Amino acid sequence: MAFQLTWPRELNRLQTELDQLFGRGNGSSSRPQAYPAINLLEDDDNLYVESEIPGMELDEFELFVNAENQLTLQGERKQPNGGTTKRHREERAFGRFSRMIALPALVDGDATTADYVAGVLKITLPKKPEAKPRRIQVAAG
Amino acid sequence: MAENTLTQTAPARSSAEPTRQSPLFQPRFDITESENELTLYGDLPGVSQDDLVVRYENEHLIISGRVADRNQGLQVLRQEYGVGDFQRTFTIGEAIDPEAISAEVHNGVLVVHLPKAEAAKPKRIAVKAV
Repeated sequence: MAFQLTWPRELNRLQTELDQLFGRGNGSSSRPQAYPAINLLEDDDNLYVESEIPGMELDEFELFVNAENQLTLQGERKQPNGGTTKRHREERAFGRFSRMIALPALVDGDATTADYVAGVLKITLPKKPEAKPRRIQVAAG
Repeated sequence: MAENTLTQTAPARSSAEPTRQSPLFQPRFDITESENELTLYGDLPGVSQDDLVVRYENEHLIISGRVADRNQGLQVLRQEYGVGDFQRTFTIGEAIDPEAISAEVHNGVLVVHLPKAEAAKPKRIAVKAV
C-alpha cells in the first residue's frame, strides 16, 4: 500500500515560511538565538566583534575580557520616555542583555578598544604575538 | 543576568525587490501616539544621517536607509546577522500636518515626529457657567 506522508513536507514549508517572515531564511545555517547577535571578523593583527545595538551610548556598554579568552558584552537598552504614551506598534526589544563569546585566538585584554558609530558597536581585540600568523622564511637549500 | 531574553535579533527581509545586490531589510519600529503627534522610533543601525531618506507622499511615509559597506578586507569568522539596506513604508491614517514632519537620528535610532493636523487634535471645550 502506497502510504505517502505529506506532513513532513508541509511542516518544512511552514518552517521556511516562518523563517522568511522572521528574517532568518537567508541561508545562514546558524540561527541566531542569543542577543545581541554578533559578527566575528579578523585580520592579521586583530579580532573584531561587531554588533548592531542601536540607541545606546558607548559608555553604557560593559565589556570584559577574562583570562580564559572570553569576551563578555553587557548592557541595558532603555525604552525612551518610559512607555507612558499610547503605543500602536512595538517591534523593538528592550531590557538588560549579557552575552559571553569564546574568542578563537589569544587576545590582549588590556589593549581592547571599542567604538560605537550609528548604533553599531565594534570591539577591536589585538591578538597576542603568539596568535599572529608568522611568515616563515624559506631558505633555498 | 538576562532574565527576559531579547530574542528579536534580525530584522525581517523586506518584500519589495531591491535594485541593488545587497540585501534589503525591514527595520523594526515602535509607534506611539500623544495628543499632538504620532512618533515613530526605528532601529536603523549602520545608517548615517546622509544616507537616510524620509519621504511623505499620498499618506505614505517611506523610510529608506543605505548602509555603507563596512569591514571590507576582513576575514569573516562567524556571521549571525546580515548587513544591508533598510526600507519600510507606513500608511498614515491619521490626519497629520505634512509640512511639520521632522526627523532625527541618533546612534542608529531614527525618530520621526508626525504632528497632527489642527482638525485632528482633541479639543477641550470650555464649559460656561450660566
